[in-house]
Amino acid sequence: MAERKIRVLLAKPGLDGHDRGAKVVARALRDAGMEVVYTGIRQTPEMIAEAALQEDVDVVGLSILSGAHMALVPKVIERLTAEGLGEVLLVVGGIIPEDDAASLRDLGVDGVFGPGTRTGDIAAFIRAHVPARNP
Amino acid sequence: MTDTDLVRAIQHGDRRAVARALTRVEADPGGPLAAALYRHTGQAHVVGITGSPGAGKSTLVAALTVVWRAAGRRVGVVAVDPSSPYSGGAVLGDRVRMGRHHGDVGVFIRSMATRGQVGGLAQAAADAVRVLDAAGFDRVVLETAGAGQAEVAVADECHTTVVVVAPGGGDDIQALKAGILEIADLFVVHKADLPGADAAVAHLRSALDLGAPAREPGWEPPVLRVSAVADTGVAELAAAIDAHGDFLGRGEAWVRRERRRAEAELRRQLFARLVAPLLARADLDGPAGPVVERLVARQLDPRAAVDQLLAARAGAAGAAAAA
Repeated sequence: MAERKIRVLLAKPGLDGHDRGAKVVARALRDAGMEVVYTGIRQTPEMIAEAALQEDVDVVGLSILSGAHMALVPKVIERLTAEGLGEVLLVVGGIIPEDDAASLRDLGVDGVFGPGTRTGDIAAFIRAHVPARNP
Repeated sequence: MTDTDLVRAIQHGDRRAVARALTRVEADPGGPLAAALYRHTGQAHVVGITGSPGAGKSTLVAALTVVWRAAGRRVGVVAVDPSSPYSGGAVLGDRVRMGRHHGDVGVFIRSMATRGQVGGLAQAAADAVRVLDAAGFDRVVLETAGAGQAEVAVADECHTTVVVVAPGGGDDIQALKAGILEIADLFVVHKADLPGADAAVAHLRSALDLGAPAREPGWEPPVLRVSAVADTGVAELAAAIDAHGDFLGRGEAWVRRERRRAEAELRRQLFARLVAPLLARADLDGPAGPVVERLVARQLDPRAAVDQLLAARAGAAGAAAAA
């Protein structure tokens, strides 16, 4: 059986259209040997959960620069759970204040990455925390 | 979940099971799950969409899906993008164009990377098409990665092959002729709102007038002008694809294509099973390493190198049989 590739869904929820960061991360994870499904901007929580289900990803990454993370992330978690995808590794990147990062972790976000994060650290985090499973 | 459970769940329309099955056939192309699914397939009209990078294949697939959904068809999509030959990773971006269908259980879209194995994608893609076929999608679209001249294998997986070209590439179209003209059941000149579309249509038509290779007697590949952005020609394309399906269904042609799909499947699996042990042996970091060095130093020619690898394999097989 071939090696198992880590599959990552990268999405931008909400109305924020600045996807430079998401593209940088997509490229970095690609270069780290992962398969990155990029959905593009203006994704609803429903769209993200549905794409995560169809693509059977191991990781969902959300990029949010608008400040709406405290409104959007809980909804994404709710939809992922409703689709039976509660065990997927969830990481969030963007402009996220420390207090909010702590709150997001309490809600079930596995990793929060702010400005200045090295992309290699994101790849390493995913590798270390991606849930083991049989395909 | 066992393969048998998975097959049953797929047939009951369990979307999570479909997703899991796609992962499993991708990890183990031609494996036991693909084998168990095989006899539950053969209902879907499989449509291949191919063409050069940036021709608008994904956009077109999204637009076609809208038309087919309005007609009550269930649509499955396998969208392929390339893997990096260096890292093995991939950015799969086809979903960016396909955001319109969310919340619709009559649509299932799956992105897939080429993964660079010899014959590996073809097998995984063919298996993925069958997963969606078994799940009851009546149109299954296989969108290739951006294709060049020689990438004609998609025609072996599909009932209907659509070749997409964009205007402004007169020379490119000339270049496409030799390989791709022969596999197309339909041509689309996409982005027909842009200048040069008329010329592209004329180029294709004149090439066809010279005498298209008769892939299927009785079927003249139409050349359609489509602009997904301006929403022109999409309904006509969907109708033309359906018409090709009806054409195949009326005669022996459908059976001939099914036969070709089956033959391609057999050839591929035979090839994979015969060749995989040799490829493992030819691993540059493994036993073949010294052979490669001797090739580089011109101490050995490639033919002799292959002879050595084959002899080593025969020796190993003989030893195993004797033990």
